Amino acid sequence: MSHILEVKGLTTAFTGDYGTDITVDHVDFYVDRGEVVCIVGESGCGKSVTSLSIMGLLNRGGAVIDGSVLFDGKNLLGLTEKELDEIRGNRMTMIFQDPLTSLNPVFTIGSQITESIRIHQKLEKEESRKRAIQILQKVGMPDAEAAMKKYPHTLSGGMRQRAMIAMALSCQPALIIADEPTTALDVTIQAQIMKQLQELQKELGMAMILITHDIGLVARMADRVYVMYAGQMIEHAQVKDLFLAPKHPYTKALLATVPGIYDSPERKLASITGVVPEKYDTIQGCRFADRCPYMKEKCLTYEDNEILENGHEVRCCRVGEWEAS
Amino acid sequence: MTNHNKKMQIQIANEYKNENYRQTVWRRFKHHKLAGISLIVLVLLCSAALLAPWIAPYPPDEIVGSFASAPSKDFWLGTDQIGRDVFSRLLYAMRISLLVGLMATLISTVIGVLLGLIAGYFGGVIDMVIMRFTDMIMSFPYILLVLVAASIFKPGLWTIILILGFVDWPGIARLVRGNVLNLRESNFVKSSIVAGMPLRHILFSEILPNTVAPILVYATSVVALSILDEAALSFLGMGVQPPTASLGNMLNGAQSLTVLTKQPWLWVPPGFLIIIVVIAINFIGDALRDALDPTTRKEK
Repeated sequence: MSHILEVKGLTTAFTGDYGTDITVDHVDFYVDRGEVVCIVGESGCGKSVTSLSIMGLLNRGGAVIDGSVLFDGKNLLGLTEKELDEIRGNRMTMIFQDPLTSLNPVFTIGSQITESIRIHQKLEKEESRKRAIQILQKVGMPDAEAAMKKYPHTLSGGMRQRAMIAMALSCQPALIIADEPTTALDVTIQAQIMKQLQELQKELGMAMILITHDIGLVARMADRVYVMYAGQMIEHAQVKDLFLAPKHPYTKALLATVPGIYDSPERKLASITGVVPEKYDTIQGCRFADRCPYMKEKCLTYEDNEILENGHEVRCCRVGEWEAS
Repeated sequence: MTNHNKKMQIQIANEYKNENYRQTVWRRFKHHKLAGISLIVLVLLCSAALLAPWIAPYPPDEIVGSFASAPSKDFWLGTDQIGRDVFSRLLYAMRISLLVGLMATLISTVIGVLLGLIAGYFGGVIDMVIMRFTDMIMSFPYILLVLVAASIFKPGLWTIILILGFVDWPGIARLVRGNVLNLRESNFVKSSIVAGMPLRHILFSEILPNTVAPILVYATSVVALSILDEAALSFLGMGVQPPTASLGNMLNGAQSLTVLTKQPWLWVPPGFLIIIVVIAINFIGDALRDALDPTTRKEK
């Protein structure tokens, strides 16, 4: 079976007053039907830009300069806006980080979802309304019928995100991109919503790309994981392999930042020293080198991906070597 | 805070909880005393103007009395220099002035909103061309433009409505463009793009409703301005042509010194009406701005 989404050599650049920055640098990944793929990484490493590039939503100044995005075998980058509109919403959709600003403040939840169904599924108004209520119930909106008449600002954050998810799912897309869908919510609500999202994903057989920096979420949701750093994919593995045996020093450091429940009270929270370099497209060799405790001379020239068994990919020249040191 | 006060507040909060947006706006609007009075005055004036054919004691354009007679019980506001009833003419003049104000505003709002939406949403070259054109219209001394236009085309009611309509839109276009620039980067517009909504839907059903409030507020000031401009043009003889009465060409009589000094009933009422209408509209605009702004939360 072919991949539902296959991204090859995606390169996105932003042109500003000070020249051009390549924010996403030859990123390759794929998503199969019905699976959940996580993309993890720190802030500012290009996760969101990757998803916006796929959706064709880059802000002014941003453009995809190389690569291809194959959705169901069709290259999205070559389509016109009109052809894209056929795919967006119907076959592929996206959930944004901040549910308040993602809903139109002057319309009720109900009218927004109904409208979306009416336009895409070409249903009658009454029929669309019924479907909207059904979907709201599905995403766990209490008293869905009353919620239809509410404006976004009168709902709590969790309810808003449920409404957003309902809107995204209203047309039963084959692929859903969730860009940090629960970052703005507190932990209990986050758990509920992610659980519901996972159930719906299984039920509807959707593929999902989950973009997050929450390692716990990755462990629970993902089938496969891509680790992104400074605009590049640096590690890709099945979720188990990644958590049991990370092959990249960055992944290991990332996993080490998660506090464990059996940690001793004296344990200090681990952090990765330094930050993602601001302008990373001109760095020679490994981009993590200046923060990496295992850095050696050869890291400064290394560029390629190494493929280990089971499709485990790593972009590190000292793979299998640094663990020992 | 006393217990009683707290109870009151909870009661008030409960009362407000179930109201929709329109009710909220109306409640806030009513807090503005001046705007309330203005609204009543304006409604009275508008109905008087609408009902002019039934209210007016005499036909407005016919000679019904002696020349320039002072107010009396037959002619409440006197008669003008050729013996027409001033009160009847005033009622019909209100019709014309309000018609000019509303129609000119309607035309300029439609033009301004369309150009503003297009410029703001598409940006780039389209934005540049539209906004430079807007600047051009704005930088033109427009009374001159109006005078030239009025002398090229046959002066008259619809000429002046069209002229004012085509001159007043740059302000609205700029306002709308500014709002659209903000809104098009907002997540809800992005999520409708992601949802594959057609462009027409995004422009008119997502973006436009979010910018209606400022347009409405701005439009009230355009109504007031258009009424003033009509008065000015008619005063100069380039606007509504006699015998049709408008507030401006009734003032025209005051150009003569005798009228100005000896016959105040000819120019005080129309002048006064212009002031009242313009002030009332401006107060209403002010109150609308406060009432429509969701960030103001004064509940007193």
